[in-house]
Amino acid sequence: MSHLNVAVDTVGVADATPDEKQPWAELGLKDDEYQRIREILGRRPTQSELAMYSIMWSEHCSYKSSKVHLRQFGEKNPKTPRLLAGIGENAGVIAIDENIAVTFKVESHNHPSYVEPKQGAATGVGGIIRDIIAMGARPIAVMDSLRFGAIDHPDTARVLPGVVDGVGHYGNCVGLPNIGGETYFDPCYQGNPLVNALSVGVMPRSRLQSMQASGVGNTVILLGAKTGRDGIGGVSVLASATFSESGEDDARPSVQVGDPFTEKLLIEVCLELFDAGLVVGVQDLGGAGLTCALSETAAAGDGGMHVDLELVPLRAKGMEPQDILASESQERMLLIVDPAKAEEVLARSRRWGLLATEIGTVTDTGRLVIDFHGQTVVDVPPKSLADEGPVYHRPIAEPNDLGLIAVDRAETLPRPTSDEEIRQTVLDMAASPNLCDKTWITEQYDSSVFGNTVLGTPHDAGVVRLDEQTGVGIAISLDGNGRFARLDPYVGAQLSLAEAYRNVAVTGATPIAISDCLNFGSPEDPHVMWQFERAVTGIADGCQKLGIPVTGGNVSFYNQTGRDAIHPTPVIGVLGVIGDVHRRIPLGLGKTGDTIALIGETREELSGSEWASVKHGHLGGVPPIVDLDHEMKLAELMSRLAETEQLAAAHDLSEGGLAQTLVEAICHSGLGAQILLPEGADPFTYLFSESSGRVLVVIPRGQELAVRTACEQRGLPITPLGVTDANTDGLHLRDHFDIGRAELEASWKGRIGAQLGE
Amino acid sequence: MSARVGVVTFPGSLDDRDAARAVRLAGGEPVALWHDDAALAGVDAVFLPGGFSYGDALRCGAIARFSQVMDTVKAAAAQGMPVLGVCNGFQVLCESHLLPGALVRNAHLRYRNRPARLRVETSRTAWTRLYQPGAEVVFPAKHGEGRYVADEAVLDELEAQGRVVFRYLDNPNGSMRDIAGVTNEAGNVVGLMPHPEHAVDELTGPSADGLGIVASVLAHLTGAADTSGVSR
Repeated sequence: MSHLNVAVDTVGVADATPDEKQPWAELGLKDDEYQRIREILGRRPTQSELAMYSIMWSEHCSYKSSKVHLRQFGEKNPKTPRLLAGIGENAGVIAIDENIAVTFKVESHNHPSYVEPKQGAATGVGGIIRDIIAMGARPIAVMDSLRFGAIDHPDTARVLPGVVDGVGHYGNCVGLPNIGGETYFDPCYQGNPLVNALSVGVMPRSRLQSMQASGVGNTVILLGAKTGRDGIGGVSVLASATFSESGEDDARPSVQVGDPFTEKLLIEVCLELFDAGLVVGVQDLGGAGLTCALSETAAAGDGGMHVDLELVPLRAKGMEPQDILASESQERMLLIVDPAKAEEVLARSRRWGLLATEIGTVTDTGRLVIDFHGQTVVDVPPKSLADEGPVYHRPIAEPNDLGLIAVDRAETLPRPTSDEEIRQTVLDMAASPNLCDKTWITEQYDSSVFGNTVLGTPHDAGVVRLDEQTGVGIAISLDGNGRFARLDPYVGAQLSLAEAYRNVAVTGATPIAISDCLNFGSPEDPHVMWQFERAVTGIADGCQKLGIPVTGGNVSFYNQTGRDAIHPTPVIGVLGVIGDVHRRIPLGLGKTGDTIALIGETREELSGSEWASVKHGHLGGVPPIVDLDHEMKLAELMSRLAETEQLAAAHDLSEGGLAQTLVEAICHSGLGAQILLPEGADPFTYLFSESSGRVLVVIPRGQELAVRTACEQRGLPITPLGVTDANTDGLHLRDHFDIGRAELEASWKGRIGAQLGE
Repeated sequence: MSARVGVVTFPGSLDDRDAARAVRLAGGEPVALWHDDAALAGVDAVFLPGGFSYGDALRCGAIARFSQVMDTVKAAAAQGMPVLGVCNGFQVLCESHLLPGALVRNAHLRYRNRPARLRVETSRTAWTRLYQPGAEVVFPAKHGEGRYVADEAVLDELEAQGRVVFRYLDNPNGSMRDIAGVTNEAGNVVGLMPHPEHAVDELTGPSADGLGIVASVLAHLTGAADTSGVSR
């Protein structure tokens, strides 16, 4: 092995040269943070140590700005025996029954996906999959929540196809079905697209893994890809800073490159090792690479760790110790194993053609000591890296424009009045970027590998079978609404929570847990911190009310270019359980003669709506009312009606209101709908209001009374709207207008591809 | 005793479990085979599943061709053993020269996942004998490199000998003459791009039409004379 001629900055050298000037500021550390490192170590840090602290104390790894607020999740989380592992683990683990557990998590990969869309998005998917493996689970599905700038902006044509290619390529090659997600366009995401990826995995409860490096004398093994120069500075430089307005930063070398083939091998090898009982502790390598994995496993263990860094297999020449420690090369895992079993671990890895290398040992020193060719380059207390990073109480200030925004209500905007105008509005809305058919995107994703996908895109939630014998399954939905959160981050976050919760319930599943991805601007802006605090409080209060725990998630700050931050965008993933997937409720219109009805109340709520945005470019007023009591009753009703098989189909109402829900149900089912609006209802409001807590249900003949009674017993308003009819061509809105299927589909379909020139 | 159908796992195989499920649901006994092991464990037929064997290095299926197991599969196929390749498995069969032609990048250059309507062109293969010729089936097609190409002369020969097994009704990838699947001269080796193993029940797939593939080979192996169609 070629050794460097450059003098290595060892602990000894650091002791002897206390006054050496160090680039702490360039690495993103503040003056007081650097001084604290010196206090912890009783000397100046070596170059390697400085790199490790700068990474572990970055916003991305330490959650230093968000920590004080995120505490609420733990404090307000309802106690549930289902929660087997929660916040602080790689991913939350939820018991499904006495044998099976599920783990799921949503994470962002926003900054890399703007710099290099395909690899940025691909490695986002890869990273979240490894979190799932690290808990002991087999990943069984992925979802993606994507937000781009305006659809007709030239840069969207660069970012969108790359991101979709990356999400698809990684998921398809690693063999995971993509079971749903969302895609939105808004100019506020122009320089800061959001790529949030969710993965879910399943395991026998007995296979739950730990990240502890425990057991003195145990062997530390690095599994997977070789370590290269890719991704150095990914978390500290890229994810923890704002893009400059000039757009001249070339951060491409900070983006990692993914290899899903190696990830597939990692999945198979890890599961084989877990099943054979060969693993004491496991941690994935993602953002912050070896630095994070070594310090977190050592900190979680009861002793220390010794690592010989020159044993790490490299794919680039001349890498210095701090480069090896900081590299974010993908598809790597760290294993802690009994030395007596190390040979078997290596042999099983070899059988799959996967590299596995012993690089260190668990010790009883209480220190993380890293040698490089026999010279000690790191000697630190691991907890000081992993657990004792800085905590900030950032200033918080309510934005000055809140009052002005609140009175600028969309309800006062000019509306279409004649039937012809409303008819045209239905078509225009169906063709608008956020409401149009997303097949161009979703058909680039495998949805059926594993053969367990019961519902996928475009259903309200993805439904996956877990057990072929019992039919037990899960439902997951991933939802966000930045516009509502911009108007009121507390209510907006709860509206997203309510929507994801309802989307799961609409399939007949019972919501049991959430994971959240919190996308915000710079935490150094007090207005952004105010939005963040309000959104977190909204989610924590909402989950407390709904009785479902927050199991983990991710915070993405610095989604802003210059002074322009994105809309605050909390994205919520809700997990539900369904006893028998055969009883899931699909999207559609059932069959001819079935009754179409609306559950929930339609109020005049147009502020923050898709209509206000599309037709007026307007964002103002107050968002719709959120009523979590109502949502709980609705969810209980849906679960009951699924069990008794009294619904043929159901569909949540959200962006675009009732009009869009009907368009989707008609286009998806291939059937027609005859609709009669309730007496006295204003057609425009009834069709386009975005009141929360509503579901369109399709009731088979003979079940109308039973369903009505079930609603009345729960105090849920139900309004019959019409019937399904195969002979009706598209949408017939009695006394108002007809829209034929061909015209509906011509508006709704093919928009994304056409916009991208395909 | 039910027939034993081997399902090969290459590094990067993705649909091996699903292929095994299809075998089981159709009444066969799935047997796991390993790429690096020449032994066929006494199986009666072999199913090469979809995926990205060896990470699609070089070309799809190009490395799998040189695997230990494929040496044995080639020899067994020459002796008449039924062999099916789906998606990446079809690519492996073409690379191995067990089937003519090649699968190249889709004409539109993207990976595309759609339920594909197919016409079963012949029941004179080990894997389609229970279908009625001309029957329409729906299997998911999902691939980036699924455009079937061959010399005009080869295509003419395939047509003349009735060796085009499946044809797309809505060609999703630009395949020549809408070809979705072909067979060898003996009719024991069949390759197709769309996935019958993902069409084994209405709950998880667009249809249950795919069960007929494995049911056909089981009937072929037991020599059953039953040729009543299982297709719609």
